[in-house]
Amino acid sequence: MLHIYCPHCREHREEEEFHVKGQAHIARPLDPESCTDKEWGEYLFFRKNPRGIHHEIWYHSTGCRKFFNVTRDTVSYEIKEVYKIGEQPQVVAKG
Amino acid sequence: MSQKNRLQSGGRIDRSKAMTFSYNGRQYKGYQGDTVASALLANGVDIVGRSFKYSRPRGLVTAGADEPNGILQMGATEATQVPNVRATQQELFDGLVCSATNGWPNAESDMMSILGKVGGKMMPPGFYYKTFMYPQSMWETYEKVIRKAAGFGRSPLENDPDEYDSVNQHCDLMVVGAGPAGLMAALTAARSGARVIIADEQNEFGGHLLSSRERIGGKSAADWVASIVEELASFPDVLMLPRSTVNGYHDHNFLTIHERRTDHIADKAPSGQVRQRMHRVRAHWVVLATGAQERPLVFAHNDVPGCMVASAVSTYINRYGVVPGKQLVLMTTNDGAYQTALDWADAGREVVAVVDTRANPQGELIEAVRKRGIKVITGSAVIEVSGKKRVSGVTVAGIDAKGEKVTGKAHSLLSCDTVASSGGWSPVVHLSCHAGSRPEWRDDIIGFVPGPTVQKQLIAGGITGTYALDKVLAEGAKAGQEATKRLGLTVADVQLPNVRNLREGKPMALFHVPHTKPTSRAPKQFVDYQNDVTAAGIELATREGFESIEHVKRYTAMGFGTDQGKLGNINGMAITAKVLGKTIPETGTTVFRPNYTPITFGAIAGRNCDELFDPKRFSAMHKWHVENGAKFEDVGQWKRPWYFPKAGETMQQSLDRECKATRESVGILDASTLGKIDIQGKDAREFLSRVYTNAWAKLGVGKCRYGLMCKEDGMVFDDGVTSCLGENHFLMTTTTGGAAGVLEWLELYHQTEWPELEVFFTSVTDHWATMTISGPNSRKLLAELTDIDLDKDGFKFMDWRAGTVAGVPARVFRISFTGELSFEINVQANYGLHVWEKLFEHGAKYNLTPYGTETMHILRAEKGFIIAGQDTDGSVHPFDLGMGWCVGNNKPFSYIGKRGMAREDCVRPNRKQLVGLKTKDPKVVLPEGAQAVADPKQAIPMDMLGHVTSSYWSANLGHSIAMGFVKGGLERMGESVYYPLADGRVIEAEICSPIFLDPKGERQNV
Amino acid sequence: MSETLAPEKEGTVNVAVMNQVAGSGARAESPLHHAELDKLAARNPRTGGVMLRELKLLGHLTLRGSQQNESFMNGCAEVLGLALPTQPLTSVEKGSVSIRWISPDEWLVVLPADQAYEVEQGLRAAIEGHFSVVNVSGGQTLLELSGPNARDVLKKSCPLDVHPSQFPVGKVAGTVFAKSTAVVRRSGEESWELVVRRSFADYIWLWLQDASREYGLVIKS
Repeated sequence: MLHIYCPHCREHREEEEFHVKGQAHIARPLDPESCTDKEWGEYLFFRKNPRGIHHEIWYHSTGCRKFFNVTRDTVSYEIKEVYKIGEQPQVVAKG
Repeated sequence: MSQKNRLQSGGRIDRSKAMTFSYNGRQYKGYQGDTVASALLANGVDIVGRSFKYSRPRGLVTAGADEPNGILQMGATEATQVPNVRATQQELFDGLVCSATNGWPNAESDMMSILGKVGGKMMPPGFYYKTFMYPQSMWETYEKVIRKAAGFGRSPLENDPDEYDSVNQHCDLMVVGAGPAGLMAALTAARSGARVIIADEQNEFGGHLLSSRERIGGKSAADWVASIVEELASFPDVLMLPRSTVNGYHDHNFLTIHERRTDHIADKAPSGQVRQRMHRVRAHWVVLATGAQERPLVFAHNDVPGCMVASAVSTYINRYGVVPGKQLVLMTTNDGAYQTALDWADAGREVVAVVDTRANPQGELIEAVRKRGIKVITGSAVIEVSGKKRVSGVTVAGIDAKGEKVTGKAHSLLSCDTVASSGGWSPVVHLSCHAGSRPEWRDDIIGFVPGPTVQKQLIAGGITGTYALDKVLAEGAKAGQEATKRLGLTVADVQLPNVRNLREGKPMALFHVPHTKPTSRAPKQFVDYQNDVTAAGIELATREGFESIEHVKRYTAMGFGTDQGKLGNINGMAITAKVLGKTIPETGTTVFRPNYTPITFGAIAGRNCDELFDPKRFSAMHKWHVENGAKFEDVGQWKRPWYFPKAGETMQQSLDRECKATRESVGILDASTLGKIDIQGKDAREFLSRVYTNAWAKLGVGKCRYGLMCKEDGMVFDDGVTSCLGENHFLMTTTTGGAAGVLEWLELYHQTEWPELEVFFTSVTDHWATMTISGPNSRKLLAELTDIDLDKDGFKFMDWRAGTVAGVPARVFRISFTGELSFEINVQANYGLHVWEKLFEHGAKYNLTPYGTETMHILRAEKGFIIAGQDTDGSVHPFDLGMGWCVGNNKPFSYIGKRGMAREDCVRPNRKQLVGLKTKDPKVVLPEGAQAVADPKQAIPMDMLGHVTSSYWSANLGHSIAMGFVKGGLERMGESVYYPLADGRVIEAEICSPIFLDPKGERQNV
Repeated sequence: MSETLAPEKEGTVNVAVMNQVAGSGARAESPLHHAELDKLAARNPRTGGVMLRELKLLGHLTLRGSQQNESFMNGCAEVLGLALPTQPLTSVEKGSVSIRWISPDEWLVVLPADQAYEVEQGLRAAIEGHFSVVNVSGGQTLLELSGPNARDVLKKSCPLDVHPSQFPVGKVAGTVFAKSTAVVRRSGEESWELVVRRSFADYIWLWLQDASREYGLVIKS
């Protein structure tokens, strides 16, 4: 059970109030029609599964209904930071 | 039987409150303050179970959570049965009924003991893997016999009558363990103003002080504990939880506590009281003050009843006033255990000898024992016990300084009935491991301590390997201060009480007492009592190539029992290390996982059972449905009317009647459960164009349109009608099950991809009660109740109008899921039942017939309308459904799904396509899910062409109808496919259009 | 009664606004109507640790808009007589109107049902730019939990920290409640308001009865 800081409600809440929506920062191609099948397939299906720092989108589904980003260590489950949609992470994997 | 082992005075029991209890069908007496274990020992009950593999008699070994043998089946009635309760932790109450879990048919004379004689050969380590895996088909047969013989207890056959629940807690500091360190930590934090929870598994706070004769701050240990508890109770923000085991320590300082509120009072909780409660705690900081558990020594026949760990013997004497024998031999590797000899002697019983494995022990306690005239045999060990159902004597031999072999041949045989042993202490590191931290070995304390952690965790007392009371108290206070500081509070002053410490000598690291014979030939030396794991078994496992401690554990089943290796694991790891020629840190330890001790399913389920198991959602008209005999169907969490049977009808008869009434006159459906989303903003229309596959640019105010929604991969995931309420205002409907998901989907795209679009989404699913009247007489019926002009040319199909229905402001949508003339009426849900009832008042003359989801399914299937989630499964795009008409290819924006649908795999020929299916025999209804093949005579495995998604009997058409997927189906109209069924039948069906009725759509336009 | 034009350009309907309250001839039922709380209140024990009351058939409006839109913020303040709370998780209240912060661009306004239409019209007249007002009065109801053990019942039902130091009077939080959802607001020292969805109301009613049994539940009308 993670304890997640919602950047909109500005307090920590229990994980059960949230839905995780997978890897963050995957922008929809601006011109899908010009993507090859391979490019589109990569956008659709290919995700990172890092050991360590990972950026995820979470949704405060029972609270403010806002999506936001979480930088989480997949080994220790520590949440390193949360930041709003449109912002960039401060904590990134080395190398 | 009298309490022959009970002392006349002393202990924390109340001799004025005698209690009767039943154990294995016999009545015994004990006192308030007893555990079942202390009461059994008081009554001289030696055998409390039979061992798992060898069926050897077993007695109580410990006085706490680490007890491997005294495992009870509790419960006075069938409904109150609880398995695997530790006798050492179950408080006695009057009328308690229990029996030994292990032992079939009973512990005293065990049928398995005959088998047990051959059991050694029959069940070596790896027994399961070697024997019972083959043939696999026999496992179920083996399992039944083994389980019963093994005695894992049994669950009740009747419903548990008690209440359980869970409570969410938050605190600044969670202190686990209310021994001296925990109490000091809690007191320090509490005085500093922190919100504190302190929990302990025992019935009273105090930890080992409850069985100690030490003095603290000039008071008896018990009085000192009482004074601290009294002060803690005075703080409003301190929650004290005795009888509460912190079972799990999860990520981000989340802990689960299993509190037993009435298990000590009665078999069944008193009326109105919760029996057990789970506390789900989120703590800013945690102090683990879980103490340490004493290790028994491993020697030949060390499982004969009468062999106990030394501290447990002291606990029974000092806390419960019970001396569990007459003549004691104490074997120890350390000074501390000498206290047990003093306690035994003070209780007036004979200490035959203290056998110290060290050659030259020095310390105050040793001097005290010697001064009492008790024989101390040094540099020696008890290498073997004699006796079957109780210890009758021990063989003592000299051992070398490393404890690896017996020196010389001179053995002495001492006569005794009790062997107390102490191999030192193991910090209770379990909770510290739960979030992934690995414990670390410390040679100086001969034990594992918690390793580095990401948790906001502090440790104090025995868990750190600190055992001297003054240091334990100081560590507790320090942890409390540290936590307080980190919380940003001002640390209050707490003075440490004076304690007199004894001078102690160095302990010896000994995990396996040598025998004159090699381990493999020596009598059994038990490491894990509950799973009958012996030192020889561990040696065998390593010989067979299992070198990782995790593999040794699984191969031998060491630590698999209800005690989870609390007693034996460290000895087992040390023995493994020795056999492998490695150090203990090199060998490592297995990792402890939740739960610390077994927990009841009741506590896990809490109040989430029976009526409260899962939320049930009701529409505003639910009461009417119940009163009119509806059968209900679960659609997500909704309870929707399935059909409305009349007296004497079969389900099919009800459906036939509902279907016919709707097509012939008028039917009514409660459609309130459909998801409804209010969409406002100047870019609402643009947004719709991006999330639906079809065009929305030109939909005028007052008009409705059906839309398909796809995921980016081009696969359909929801559908529904969206109405244009205003230029910047739309009402979207979704499937019942898809409502929440669609809203989240819209928000996801709006918030992350297209925040520049000015649009807001608001769920109005619950706000509008929706009722659909459908059938040729629906207009006539509605006309009686509305001020809306229903003229067929003024209020056309796929229009909506506002007005009143039965005096209630309403929006009426002329849309149809049945293919009939239909009106969908939306009113604020508070008026739902009122309008519904008015429709029935006026509908009687038209035979207005309520129908449920099943008739809705049949009527729409007659028209070939899909149900997203039934006729789609996330792998079909609109063209697969024959719904290319619902895909707008000229939309400027590349809407969600467009690119996905154009992938190579989506445009290949021979995809599975949705078609109608007409069985050759019109009376036969295809089962949904049936697989289509081209040639039923083909050898198995046959080539599968697709499957049936929807299939019904159509009373209106007089034949069965079905829809399903068939490879290339849209090009195969008129061809036959075959459906071989599990019962051997093969159903032939002809591929046809899915629109079985009114293909021109004339009925809805009347 | 029928659709009203929001004041927009001549001849176009931008947003459909509707007075959804029926005349006296139509019977309105709250989500817990079937539980007959009034009857229970009449034959209730007088004492208990938890009091429950349905504040039924009120007007509920969901307001969406940007705090950066001055017209929106001013228009709301003017029409509602109260400024929208911008501090997260807070609420404001004046007379029969209360406003709960739901998210940085969403508020729930609770007011007498017969004012909902008038207020919505007022807002639409007063505000320019992008915003939305949605009447959700039929879709939810307000439950008031009070008494010395109300907090204990909340702790059994939702994962919020409801300690007075963390949840002062006036605080609002949307959360998981009894496996459903609720917007929880502390309305007084010992009183709390729950906004619950209509379809879940019966389940939550069953849950609350069960969770408060050990303290004694008093139904108030």
